[in-house]
Amino acid sequence: MLSTGIISRPVYPGLAADLKARHNLFIIEGEGAAAVLDLAAKTPAGFFERSTLLYCPAGSAGKDYEKQLEGLKPKALWTFPTPATVMFRLKGVLQTATMGTRLYITGTEPFIGLALKEALEAGIDHKSLITEHRGSAKRRVQCVHCKGFTENVVTNPVTCNHCGLNLLVRDHYSRRLGAFQGVCIDAEVPGEAPAPEEIFR
Amino acid sequence: MTGEAEFRVRVAETETVAEGIRRLRLVPLGRSALPLFSGGAHVVLTMQDDGRVLRNPYSLMGSPFDASSYQISVLRTADSRGGSIYVHNKLRDGSELSISAPVNLFPIDRRARRHLLIAGGIGVTPFMAMMEQLEREELPFELHYCMRSKTGGAYWSWLRDIYGRRVNTYFDDLQQKLPLRRLVENQPLGTHLYVCGPSGMIDWVLNEARDAGWPEENLHFERFSAPPAGAPFTVELAKSRCTLNVEPTQSILEAIEAAGLVAPCLCRGGACGQCESGIVSCDGTIEHNDHFLTDAEKASGGKIMICVSRLKNAGGRIVLDL
Repeated sequence: MLSTGIISRPVYPGLAADLKARHNLFIIEGEGAAAVLDLAAKTPAGFFERSTLLYCPAGSAGKDYEKQLEGLKPKALWTFPTPATVMFRLKGVLQTATMGTRLYITGTEPFIGLALKEALEAGIDHKSLITEHRGSAKRRVQCVHCKGFTENVVTNPVTCNHCGLNLLVRDHYSRRLGAFQGVCIDAEVPGEAPAPEEIFR
Repeated sequence: MTGEAEFRVRVAETETVAEGIRRLRLVPLGRSALPLFSGGAHVVLTMQDDGRVLRNPYSLMGSPFDASSYQISVLRTADSRGGSIYVHNKLRDGSELSISAPVNLFPIDRRARRHLLIAGGIGVTPFMAMMEQLEREELPFELHYCMRSKTGGAYWSWLRDIYGRRVNTYFDDLQQKLPLRRLVENQPLGTHLYVCGPSGMIDWVLNEARDAGWPEENLHFERFSAPPAGAPFTVELAKSRCTLNVEPTQSILEAIEAAGLVAPCLCRGGACGQCESGIVSCDGTIEHNDHFLTDAEKASGGKIMICVSRLKNAGGRIVLDL
């Protein structure tokens, strides 16, 4: 049902340290903290002294990752209550950053999409971003009909929060919007749609 | 250029702009305007020299918004295979020749927040067209331009007059050195770097930028290699069923064209990848002179860029899937 083989479907190859970067900027959500800790086990000494961490605990608030990230002794660790507040700070940091700064983004896909969007607006090519997907497979979906965004989508099909159409969530992804495209699944016979399945767990 | 338009042009103006550098203005013949181009584009000049055909790429340095003429600048090179000598000695006001449609392998990246242009010597020419475009589009840029001397460098004074402090000049004979390290370490995020000049300088600039943590996506360069001369050898075209001799000062591509055949090509300088050809078999060692194939591809021996690469051994034989 996902219509696979769509090449705009992003891939997240996983975190890898850029040892030539003079400054590393990590944008982390929830379980993404575990990806950073895994990376720390493989990086040479001094790497985190050149690193700034922007962290939103989100669904992993109970897991005490913050203390472990602090244990990496980064140049700075800032913790934020929501993804939106992370993005606000990120925008400010990118405005004054210089070339030689490498961005790492890790967490759920909607979070990676939001951070990636900020990076693109700052003139960074998406291919130079280092990303790793951790945590829920929930999606951010744009309804192609009313253009409204539905957040935290875990089922397919899903009902558009804005116009109420039943949407097939496609793998068709927009980096500019940071969202998958949802297309009406029962246009011929309204109401005749397959039952929603929880596939983006 | 294969399968693409060629235009007849007339040399309308020639000027010596610096030691060994000649500027030409080319106007269209039999049509009112030439195609518009974008900053960084080049054309291939076809020159008929005593029965020998020479084709060389030159960057367009005039305004991309002016379709009434093209301008190029040509440096006379000592190891020239004849192209630059021909432009300097044989072309006169009123000479007629053929040029290809413009092709841009060195375009501006419009996603950049800032454009850092680094030129060495005659490598300034694509940047002159780029700067016209950047200025019109109000995009932030600066040029760093290295030359041997004030008399050996072209256009620097004129560029400084137009663009003011955005043009920085460095003269070797005055011991002025491009502060490259400081430059690449202090650019705002989202800056794109463009470099054009001698091969050694391009390597230096790219390596310094990489060492300062610049990602490949933000680095742009253009180097045209003239096909190096070498030993004579034999090339067999499997599909065309013919065997040709490649002379010491000829490239495989030129040998094919001299035989009246057509092979795919675009930049003629080992940069664009258009002339990539499969190797059926090879009796000899390949000298890869291009900047297109990866080291792994070169090592595997399956492909060759026929515009600049050749066999090392005299009398060697290579069979191509052409």
